[in-house]
Amino acid sequence: MGRYVIRRLLQMIPVFIGATLLIFLMVNVMGDPIAGLCGERQCDPATAAQLRKEFGLDKPLWQQYLTYMGNVFTGDFGTAFTGQPVTELMADAFPVTIRLTIVAILFEIVIGILLGVVTGLRRGRPVDTGVLLLTLVVISIPTFVTGLLLQLLFGVEWGWIRPSVSPDATFGELIVPGLVLASVSLAYVTRLTRTSIAENKRSDYVRTAVAKGLPRHRVITKHLLRNSLIPVVTFIGTDIGALMGGAIVTERIFNIHGVGYQLYQGIVRQNTQTVVGFVTVLVLVFLVANLLVDLLYAVLDPRIRYA
Amino acid sequence: MRGATHATWAVGAVAVALVATACGGGGGGGGGGSGGASGVLSSSWGDPQNPLEPSNTNEVQGGKVLDMIFRGLKRYDARTGAAQNMLAQKIDTSDSQNFTITVKDGWTFSNGEPVTAQSFVDAWNYGASLKNNQKNAYFFGYIEGYDKVHPETGTQSADTLSGLKVTGAHTFTVKLNQKFSTFPDTLGYVAFAPLPKAFFSDHAAWLKKPIGNGPYTVDSYTKGSMMSLRKWGAYPGTDKAQNGGVDLKVYTDNNTAYTDLLAGNLDLVDDVPAAQLKNVKSDLGGRYINTPAGIIQTIAFPFYDQAWDKSGVENVRKGLSMAINRDQITSTIFQKTRTPASDWTSPVLGAAGGFQDGLCGASCRYDPAQAKKLIQDGGGLPGGQIKISYNADSGSHKEWIDAVCNSINNALGNDKACVGNPIGTFADFRNQIGQHKMPGPFRAGWQMDYPLIQNFLQPLYYTNASSNDGKWSNKDFDKLVDQANAETDKAKAIQLFQQAEGVVRDNMAAIPLWYQNGSAGYSDRISNVALNQFSVPVYNEIKVS
Repeated sequence: MGRYVIRRLLQMIPVFIGATLLIFLMVNVMGDPIAGLCGERQCDPATAAQLRKEFGLDKPLWQQYLTYMGNVFTGDFGTAFTGQPVTELMADAFPVTIRLTIVAILFEIVIGILLGVVTGLRRGRPVDTGVLLLTLVVISIPTFVTGLLLQLLFGVEWGWIRPSVSPDATFGELIVPGLVLASVSLAYVTRLTRTSIAENKRSDYVRTAVAKGLPRHRVITKHLLRNSLIPVVTFIGTDIGALMGGAIVTERIFNIHGVGYQLYQGIVRQNTQTVVGFVTVLVLVFLVANLLVDLLYAVLDPRIRYA
Repeated sequence: MRGATHATWAVGAVAVALVATACGGGGGGGGGGSGGASGVLSSSWGDPQNPLEPSNTNEVQGGKVLDMIFRGLKRYDARTGAAQNMLAQKIDTSDSQNFTITVKDGWTFSNGEPVTAQSFVDAWNYGASLKNNQKNAYFFGYIEGYDKVHPETGTQSADTLSGLKVTGAHTFTVKLNQKFSTFPDTLGYVAFAPLPKAFFSDHAAWLKKPIGNGPYTVDSYTKGSMMSLRKWGAYPGTDKAQNGGVDLKVYTDNNTAYTDLLAGNLDLVDDVPAAQLKNVKSDLGGRYINTPAGIIQTIAFPFYDQAWDKSGVENVRKGLSMAINRDQITSTIFQKTRTPASDWTSPVLGAAGGFQDGLCGASCRYDPAQAKKLIQDGGGLPGGQIKISYNADSGSHKEWIDAVCNSINNALGNDKACVGNPIGTFADFRNQIGQHKMPGPFRAGWQMDYPLIQNFLQPLYYTNASSNDGKWSNKDFDKLVDQANAETDKAKAIQLFQQAEGVVRDNMAAIPLWYQNGSAGYSDRISNVALNQFSVPVYNEIKVS
């Protein structure tokens, strides 16, 4: 197990370098960011040259990348065009997005698995058909439609929530945005759990457990659910990274100043430092989440062993 | 039994949390406050692009704040746009080149430091100096010694402008490197604001919480999220704040801001999203403002490309202008928040300031038959097709460019005559313009720095001027502008500028499309809301009930 973890950690290094290099190249292909800093006019050449020097944009790209990566290892993610260090932006944005992700993941786990178990156990019944139809609807409607609709209904028409989230972005305020963000994944979790449960329900060990006379809830939680959760855990694990990076739409609709907001600003203003910095951290989140998922397998199913 | 307990718990927690949000939803919005002169209003805001310094702010969002916390020598009247003395006692000149400025006594910054002549000279020197990277440095380009402090290449050989001299506690002199009769009227621009000593002694702290001399002080500033401004009780000016303060809230999307306004969580939105213009009247009734701003949208040409610089091609340019149905586009796409342009300035200047309705004449009137004829006379479209470049990341540029092209295609009876050429980001768009790589005409928007006809002509059409992106060059135009700048009589200067504008018209150096309006919507908590010529709300006059 220990060796496996170390091997996985080592594998992360090339992935990390490759991903950051790619995003660095992609942002730089878009051209000179200084050009857009002076509004509808051209920056005067002297100031532009000075700014380019300050942000290190006058050096060849490979050198910029090396300097950048060197700085990253000392915890220096550079400075955004507003004069704010990127680390400061991260300190503001990540806690908010992490809270939003937690809310979304909780929805996925609680509602998604619950519905999955219920429908899986009652396959073919009206409840099952109903939930299946519902998840189909949720999957087929784009997130921004769900988001704008809920915002309009809950926020403006009925006045249950505030349409926009305050800068504090407390858990309470993030429930509706979290639900919107989770909606599509939630539907997938439901379907995955349902299939898995329905399949395992007919397996030998479940029949044995039932034959032993174990109470129904014990059969379900201890025997059926534990085995059925493996694909679901895989999905939710990879979803953590996807939710954090993919929150751009949801964060924009509800005016949440998280990672999606900073990434959006960074891309529009072509701010290399912001974009590369945030993506670097997101890559790390992805990698760690994947690692955790793999480790969880062994916990859920002792038959899966790592040499 | 354990499993079941867990599930109940989780469901219970969600239910409790949902109830909690519902409770939190109603209150806390709108900024609260008891109303009257102490009431605080909330307003939508965008994250400023650059650090908040007077000579480093060139976009509306940062300018909004500086307009609240700074007062300069002059101030533009919110309704007429006329430059009126604010901190200036008087500005004297005999030759339009040497100016003596007297600063009013009794003004202080909000930290108690008096505003003196030195406060201005220090600020201007800071703004001009190359090593400070100020994006508005070119505003000081008319002052003598600018080329030493801010050379085009290499390092600066002086730290201060030789044209600025402090002659007393409240007087200083300015020597310009050329005659510029309307120079005093430019001093209302925020780049010319005075700066307190705290700005220089602890710059980082100042940026965290700016200190100025305007009717408001910064109470708290969370970068990227919110700025709370409060009325400064000891403000010495006559334009004191009529409300207790303003909370500026950053919105990524103006649609969300508008939704918040409808839900009663926001008092003022100063940029109604294009998609909502259709409903705004029914949503807000009379609480919607749509007033002209000093912004004109044009189509510029790449004169560095031989195909556009030949003689005779001006007929093609005029023909293209006549092929655009401005009335139809402004009413259908922009819901009349744009006014078809008939000159190259803006109505906010007023007739006395140089705006001349209809100066463009027949060239700006929709006439498809004549348009087709003119373009054929001029040798047809260069390359048989034109591509109009624009940045696709902001505004509704795509919609109107497509409409303009449609209009041109219909007039020419050729649906491939004009196509849009979207460029991903604004930065890349500016980049390609700067490198003179435009494959054809391109969108050019101009927001005035100060309400002067000079500002609509010289930076855009003078040979090698800072914003002459198409590299248009015309000796007659340059001569007339020089004459106008040297003219001490204001009325005559404006006449000369209008003559110069005539040269722009005869050559169709750029196609004027429409003047842009500022649009704003507000809640029933506030009243006396107006937008100034820069489409920024006049915050200090807003009353909270």
